[in-house]
Amino acid sequence: MNQEIIRSTAAQLAEKLAAKELSAVEVTQAHLDRIAEVDGEVNAFLHVNTQEALAVAGEVDAARAAGEGLHALAGVPIAVKDLIVTVGQPTTAASKILEGWHSPYDATVVKKLRAAKMPILGKTNLDEFAMGSSTEHSAYGPTRNPWDLDRIPGGSGGGSAAAVAAFEAPLALGTDTGGSIRQPASVTGSVGVKPTYGGVSRYGAIAMASSLDQIGPVSRNVLDSALLHEVIGGHDPFDSTSLQESWAGLADAARNGDVKGLKIGIIKELHGEGYQTGVENRFNESLELLKAAGAEIVEVSCPNFQYALGAYYLIMPSEVSSNLAKFDGVRFGLRVLPEEGPMTIERVMAATRAAGFGPEVKRRIILGTYALSAGYYDAYYGSAQKVRTLIQRDFEAAFAQADVLISPTAPTTAFKLGEKLNDPLAMYLNDVATIPANMAGVPGISIPGGLADEDGLPVGIQFLAPARQDKRLYRAAGALETLLEEKWGGPLLAQAPVLGSKALGGAK
Amino acid sequence: MAAITRDDVAHLARLAHLEMSNEELDRMAGELAVIVDSVKSVSEAAGADVPATSHPIPLNNVFREDVVGHVLTVEQALSGAPDAAENRFKVPAILDEE
Repeated sequence: MNQEIIRSTAAQLAEKLAAKELSAVEVTQAHLDRIAEVDGEVNAFLHVNTQEALAVAGEVDAARAAGEGLHALAGVPIAVKDLIVTVGQPTTAASKILEGWHSPYDATVVKKLRAAKMPILGKTNLDEFAMGSSTEHSAYGPTRNPWDLDRIPGGSGGGSAAAVAAFEAPLALGTDTGGSIRQPASVTGSVGVKPTYGGVSRYGAIAMASSLDQIGPVSRNVLDSALLHEVIGGHDPFDSTSLQESWAGLADAARNGDVKGLKIGIIKELHGEGYQTGVENRFNESLELLKAAGAEIVEVSCPNFQYALGAYYLIMPSEVSSNLAKFDGVRFGLRVLPEEGPMTIERVMAATRAAGFGPEVKRRIILGTYALSAGYYDAYYGSAQKVRTLIQRDFEAAFAQADVLISPTAPTTAFKLGEKLNDPLAMYLNDVATIPANMAGVPGISIPGGLADEDGLPVGIQFLAPARQDKRLYRAAGALETLLEEKWGGPLLAQAPVLGSKALGGAK
Repeated sequence: MAAITRDDVAHLARLAHLEMSNEELDRMAGELAVIVDSVKSVSEAAGADVPATSHPIPLNNVFREDVVGHVLTVEQALSGAPDAAENRFKVPAILDEE
């Protein structure tokens, strides 16, 4: 029974709950049991929210028994990336500087989950303050890829991706600043969506780079992400960058399954050289399937994407250096006193930040402080902002030729833990195909495209759409998913190895 | 290769309120030089006529009525503070009096 529950999609669980074939408590307990069974190996969760999750599930069952109206996803459990603040659970951003900290308020997306009565299973692991592509920069140990426990689950949202891929949760929330939802989806054989910038409120997401950050859905299939996107999307007066758009119809688009006449643009610069052979092969296979289903494949060129990675690594750290100034041992989190010398607040701040931040966070703060300093500002930050304009122009030209764009999500499959940890530049290259979307604010999705021939690991296919046209992503990705699953005879994750030889040690 | 010295990094670390050992400063200087080198093509990518984009979706300032709305209570605001007294955040000396 438990296996059947945890392997169901969110949409299937919602149907069975509505039909009273399953209770919300049964569904939540099955996932909590699964977490206890496999999270000792996977380490996707930093905190498990057992009591509250079961209490919310109990409320759903009582409300249903009383015949009260419920949201379609009521009782469907979800995991939340530990960068998003929650009342009643710690929020750490996977940093020592916030160890044990409890937010006095809920993020808007969390309020929306509570309003829909979706039990929150817990908080998922990430690279510290979402800075990384492997989850190895977490202060609480890396998350492991359910496909191969010696490999990275991607990052920064490796915890959320691994949680859904390991059947610990049907849904999760992530945040995507340069690919932190899509690249983990790619390497774990799951689905992840970065909505249009401003489409989902960022109020209560601990800011990394405010002009790039976006909260979005993580799931095992396209429809589930669309259903979750409809729950969390919409205008929020607490987020000044929030759009007025309504996001109804995303699930219908995911169910549509028709790409006849859809113009799909291959981005010349985002495949080929530098991409693993198996990634390239699966990408070409998806193109053939889409073509056979009636899509029109065209090639587009985005010549300025070659500068995107460099511009990103100037803009993002600049915003990081400013956003992380508030972690100084005064208002929340860790305070460390200097070991010797005068006890001034400046020295307490410097000692606190030295002890509380890990190496990648420090690296980016220093890099950002450098890019913003007098004499360098125009050459670095100013130029990077101009590149942003060029990238937007490239997207405009591309979307004049195509309805959606397609590329591999990441240049490689999951690499080994430790392999790139001491080479920041090699690590940064993981995001080469995902960063342009953040720079221009356009939405993107990654879905499983199959397994690479040489290593048997998942490959991700990315679709990109114009700003505010998130619906097109769901239509194209939903159609490709159907075509691929027909070919595979079921979802890709059904082929993942069985987990659960090592039980969770101690309560979390 | 961009020339970034230990003293440069020490200056940046001071600005960023990050205490760093000499060993850390040396390592960071090396890493920073490599990263800065790899992004320098950015400064040659766009001509003077290209406007800067600070935000991906153009938005105007957002205003609301000037009335008290969503606020934390004093207890909530101080709930995560390392030290507090008399409804305020408590910190060590602001100025070095030695």
